[in-house]
Amino acid sequence: MRVKLSLIALCFVLAAMLAACGGEAKKDEKKDAKADVETGEVAAPTKIVLGVAGAHSGDLASYGLPSANAAKLVAKKINAAGGVNGAMVEVVPQDDQCKPELATNVATKLLSDGVKIVLGHICSGATKAALPIYVDGKIVVMSPSATNPPLTQSGEYPNFFRTIAPDDAQAALEVAFAKSLGLKKIAIIHDKGDYGKGFASFCQQFIDADPEIEVVLFEGVTPGAVDYSAVVQKIKSSGAEGVIFGGYHPEASKIVTGMRKKDMNIPFMSDDGVKDDTFIKVAGKYAEGVYATGPMDFSSNPLYTEAVEAHRAEFGSDPGPFFPEAYSAALALLNAVKVAGGTDYNKLIDALHSSYVDTPVGKIKFDAKGDAEGVGFAVYQVKDGKYMEVK
Amino acid sequence: MEYFLELFMGGLTRGSIYALIALGYTMVYGIIELINFAHGEIYMIGAFTGLIVAGLLTMLGFPGPAILVIAIVCAIIWAAAYGFTIEKMAYKPLRNAPRLSPLISAIGMSIFLQNYVMLAQTSDFLPFPELIPHFAFIDNMGSILSSAELVIILATVASCVGLTLFIKFTKLGKAMRATAQNRKMAMLVGVNVDMVISATFIIGSSLAAVGGVLIASHIGQINYYIGFIAGIKAFTAAVLGGIGSLPGAMLGGLVLGLTEAFATGYVSSDYEDVFAFLLLVLILIFRPSGIMGREKTQKV
Repeated sequence: MRVKLSLIALCFVLAAMLAACGGEAKKDEKKDAKADVETGEVAAPTKIVLGVAGAHSGDLASYGLPSANAAKLVAKKINAAGGVNGAMVEVVPQDDQCKPELATNVATKLLSDGVKIVLGHICSGATKAALPIYVDGKIVVMSPSATNPPLTQSGEYPNFFRTIAPDDAQAALEVAFAKSLGLKKIAIIHDKGDYGKGFASFCQQFIDADPEIEVVLFEGVTPGAVDYSAVVQKIKSSGAEGVIFGGYHPEASKIVTGMRKKDMNIPFMSDDGVKDDTFIKVAGKYAEGVYATGPMDFSSNPLYTEAVEAHRAEFGSDPGPFFPEAYSAALALLNAVKVAGGTDYNKLIDALHSSYVDTPVGKIKFDAKGDAEGVGFAVYQVKDGKYMEVK
Repeated sequence: MEYFLELFMGGLTRGSIYALIALGYTMVYGIIELINFAHGEIYMIGAFTGLIVAGLLTMLGFPGPAILVIAIVCAIIWAAAYGFTIEKMAYKPLRNAPRLSPLISAIGMSIFLQNYVMLAQTSDFLPFPELIPHFAFIDNMGSILSSAELVIILATVASCVGLTLFIKFTKLGKAMRATAQNRKMAMLVGVNVDMVISATFIIGSSLAAVGGVLIASHIGQINYYIGFIAGIKAFTAAVLGGIGSLPGAMLGGLVLGLTEAFATGYVSSDYEDVFAFLLLVLILIFRPSGIMGREKTQKV
């Protein structure tokens, strides 16, 4: 009985969805036709459709909905100022629930609707599944949150851009910073977890690729072990000139305390799992001088505060995750349309690579691979019990 | 050679902590044949008591060594009170129940205490003050043995010697040995078995509390969860040495600590636990009753 009921419900939902889609499409056609008749122009578009793909329902909706809100806010702002080259921006959200199989459906739908620019997708897996369709359909895609490195670095997707730094950017910054300190031999320690070990492995790859600097120790510690004195001794006997730790603050503070107590005053560098005030509280005086990379601080950017205020005014709440990145992506995409003078695929891509745009995450343009330049991480150091950015 | 010595001393320190906690496991098992899985939480509660007392005394402006001593004494009293109460509440009513019941009760107690401390304090890691002053007592030897490690090792040795003398030469110690041999018989000859069991819990909890305060001061942080892993390791040490035997718990703790230190130092810290538990499996295969354990003769 229950199965039957849910089947019927499902049928209703499907029917309702179809009806809604059909209705929308018809309405759009009508509007287009009308506009054409009124202006008498066929070539110049009167509206720019911005597709927003991502999880708008399901358990990851909290990551996708802020992007949809950001796109609406940007569209409202731009439309109020007269649109992009006179054309109004229309936001079309499409839900993929962060599922790869739904993401391909969404991509096909956007393609068949003739959408040229897409903000999304949210999750790396869904993005990867949808990208081949966008490449074939010559659609420009920009994700605010897909951090998986190969998406840009593989070079397979010239139409893909992102306003968030990829996972390995933090490791690249860490290694570059270690080099700038003049360190030649690095011990890499991690907590065996997905995040900590992933970060540590990227650091190792970057160091291995550089002949001037080498990894003398690469090991995982067991979180929660009674003490780490043996690992500390091992770091010491490896002759490391600096330590990079991937993981979270409890292990980091134990290791750094052990090192300082054994009079090892070599630099200790870690990731944004450690760039946390709890670390300073727990490690106390031994935290002094520890370096950690962490996301850049946008709070002093007036565009960022403006976007947050707009969100509060429109939706009555503080924005969720990836909101500044999505807001920036929408701005960058629409700016590219403006610079390119239309939605021509190659011109759009050129515009994204070459023209700067002011966004909440800073003044950005995109590098040859599609990653936003200047977005990402900064190095911080504990000074007098506070994390201060190292300039 | 220096590297070996450094690892050896680090392993000895870690092993001492395991041994201090393992003594509690082994004593309780020796007397009432119960694995007190809440024992690790007693160690954690000792550490938390030490933290609170040390914070209070620092505020009142006490000198460093006095804080250490008073914190340890308070931790002992408080943890012993917990040990005593746990036995009365969770184990005594089940003393004649099937052996599985008190075991489940012990696991329940462990989870209860963890959650209780988490709610009463916080789930975050808390900084623990450095109660043992840090200094190098031999020139250039600070990396081999720090002052805190020396204090931990000495405290463990002192506790073990004291405990052994206590069991050997006092009336209560004699009663404990009698109860361990045969509870019913001991009762018949006039030993107050309930009192003996309470005393066992109190002594075991006190030792765990000493370990808790010392190691927390050494590594500088605690949270509600530290008792779980330390408890599992100490239990392993007790089984390794032969559960029920006091010198066995000592030896088991040291062997486990040294194994972990050398596995980390010469192989990789990835394999620290692998080697520790491999050792346990091997010992149990070749000496099922542990290193110092005696084969029990079947009672007829």
